Amino acid sequence: MSAAGRFGVITFPGSLDDGDAARAVRRAGAVAVPLWHADADLHGVDAVIVPGGFSYGDYLRAGAIARFAPVMGPVLDAARGGMPVLGICNGFQILCEAGLLPGALVRNAGLHFVCRDQRLRVGQADTAWTSGYEPGAEIVIPVKHAEGQYVAHADTLSELEADGRVVFRYLGRSPNGAAADIAGVCSANRRVVGLMPHPEHAIDELTGPSADGLAMFTSALASLAGA
Amino acid sequence: MARFVVDVMPKPEILDPQGQAVAGALSRLGFDGVAGVRQGKHFELDVDDGLDDDAVHRIAGTLLANPVIEDWTVRRADA
Repeated sequence: MSAAGRFGVITFPGSLDDGDAARAVRRAGAVAVPLWHADADLHGVDAVIVPGGFSYGDYLRAGAIARFAPVMGPVLDAARGGMPVLGICNGFQILCEAGLLPGALVRNAGLHFVCRDQRLRVGQADTAWTSGYEPGAEIVIPVKHAEGQYVAHADTLSELEADGRVVFRYLGRSPNGAAADIAGVCSANRRVVGLMPHPEHAIDELTGPSADGLAMFTSALASLAGA
Repeated sequence: MARFVVDVMPKPEILDPQGQAVAGALSRLGFDGVAGVRQGKHFELDVDDGLDDDAVHRIAGTLLANPVIEDWTVRRADA
């Protein structure tokens, strides 16, 4: 790989957390490359982050319109070819709408927008984005969403559990009523991860509840070095 | 021009907290006898005469509905 991994961070109309995602990438020691929703290619990046926010105003369904943005075609091709791709919150919704990750995110069971620091269990430490964690580690990073209830067909849930693809689970009170307390899942090739909580908001104890989120970005950088 | 109506509903097994909230509000308002409410989306599409039911189903399955969590029906409004 090149000296520093180049991480593309996509900005859609309505993205909010692209700035923090880019900052987390730089803090991890990688190079953040801005990608625009209308871009026709990925500018040679080594990994892609689909950040949080309200792309296209969440019109129709969260992520439903963003998944058809021009930049998403090359993202899907690259992901299927093994490029590390991370979807955070709205980015997770977009990757599910695109079919890159199974299941869907629907309105929180309690209807409220939930914004708080959330304890999570790292279920899988063998994905491109979680190799820097101890398996079973407990971490604290923020959640902030109204449509974060993970749902999937019963067969899909069984398959995810059997294949060890539930990457993060909520600990304690669930923020959204997600099936099996699922906070994040990965693709079959373990290179694509989506989660509702925001690791990019927890990379520095000065500004977040912990620095527990940083390892996601350093993990992906390490996975590029090992590739 | 033809008008098609596409109704999109959450699948029966998907929890519908919005519908439940509406049902709860009806009960509080004194509207007795409403056993359940499910909330969906209603689309009206004005389309060229060349588009048939199959084309509208493709539109619904691609964008209007998420087949993972929603079912949909298509009907002609002008028939």
